[in-house]
Amino acid sequence: MSELSVKHLLGIKYLKETDIQLIFETADHFKEVINRSIKKVPSLRDITIANIFFENSTRTKLSFELAEKRLSADVLNFSASQSSLKKGETLIDTVNNILSMKVDMVVMRHPNPGVGIFLSKHVKASIVNAGDGAHEHPTQALLDSYSIREELGDVAGKNVVIVGDILHSRVALSNIFALKLQGAKVKVCGPKTLLPKYIEYLGVDVETDLRKALEWCDVANMLRIQNERLDISYFPTTREYTQQFGVNKKLLDSLDKEIVIMHPGPINRGVEITSDVADSKQSIILNQVENGVAIRMAVIYLLASKIK
Amino acid sequence: MSQKVLLSSKEINIILHRLACQLLENHLSFENTVLIGIQPRGKYLAERLNKILKEEYKVKQIDLGFLDITFYRDDFRRGEKTLEATKTKIDFLVEDKNVVLIDDVLYTGRSINAALTALQSFGRPKDVELLCLIDRRFSRHLPIQPNYRGRQVDAINDEKVKVMWKENDGEDVIYLVNR
Repeated sequence: MSELSVKHLLGIKYLKETDIQLIFETADHFKEVINRSIKKVPSLRDITIANIFFENSTRTKLSFELAEKRLSADVLNFSASQSSLKKGETLIDTVNNILSMKVDMVVMRHPNPGVGIFLSKHVKASIVNAGDGAHEHPTQALLDSYSIREELGDVAGKNVVIVGDILHSRVALSNIFALKLQGAKVKVCGPKTLLPKYIEYLGVDVETDLRKALEWCDVANMLRIQNERLDISYFPTTREYTQQFGVNKKLLDSLDKEIVIMHPGPINRGVEITSDVADSKQSIILNQVENGVAIRMAVIYLLASKIK
Repeated sequence: MSQKVLLSSKEINIILHRLACQLLENHLSFENTVLIGIQPRGKYLAERLNKILKEEYKVKQIDLGFLDITFYRDDFRRGEKTLEATKTKIDFLVEDKNVVLIDDVLYTGRSINAALTALQSFGRPKDVELLCLIDRRFSRHLPIQPNYRGRQVDAINDEKVKVMWKENDGEDVIYLVNR
């Protein structure tokens, strides 16, 4: 297969397994490109992409922008804090105004779940979801799986535990969809209050004992507590959370195998993960960031090739 | 669809040796010369020439690379299908080198145009030459001509030149296919 089955990347939920493999194979080529001394290819020289961010982001925004520039696309950056939204403009109007400047693709981050799906029905452009509330963050899940594939050879058959604030995390949901689709076994681990009800219907196991979860897994994906989304208190203190669900060197060394540590960032050092773990050789956190650019180049390239 | 044999295994072998000798004549020690096969099909030709030069003409060291031109092509979004990439493997710099680009069939010249752009990502070569096994005359879209050619063919646009290699397709043979 040489073509994606979708026109937009709204979530992993809408992808097929073959789509993921195609994105990975394409990303392999782009990874070679971004490691050259001249890191740019001219493929998308006639494509214009708008990055519309209604929520703060460092890594994802930089990564998308870099990916677009490496493909020679023209890039428009837009963040909500400086926009006319504050003057009462609706989302569709904002986006349509941007599109009338002849934009072919929109990369969008928004605090409301489902924004990408809504937009894809109302505007004429390819939409890439760069995170919609607590719903999905597909490129993050793709780069996470890609990093696992790079580190362990394959995703299928691997045991992956996702630790932390599963309830508010779009990274967790996208990762669950992506890992299950590729045949990995998935556990979620965290305080009961931060695990969504009925999550086992997604085909994942629930574990509330971190040590047991780590003993079982090949890969641990550590998530941040999404303080900005916590409307009520979900656990007594940060200190208590760290004691029960934080990973430290002592805990890792006491396991009888070496597991891979991942983190989508931003890291709260000393909360979900200690500095010595984050900087250890078991951690592939910085590989994830590098792979992020290659994955986003692949996604944009494959979606752009469907724009006629 | 009918096809006729354009070149047999024996003829291909003779041509490959002639091309190797012509390369030797101009580059002799290959000290400052690199061979770059254009992916996917130029790879086999480049590997063959590399083998002949090393084994039969005792050239000690040749830098051999493979260049994928997918992301540099000018027909992105213009065809029905998404363009599929293959592997680029160039683990040397082409800065100040004599580069010989190698492809099996020279047709419109657009692939070579893309390859020349792609090559810029690996440095500024001293000069670039082009070697092709089959040169389809009268079908060029761009002012590009080979420095070394195996055989010149007058094929019309409805015809296709199909190059088969032992290592990939089971035998060395070149067909002219009527579509």
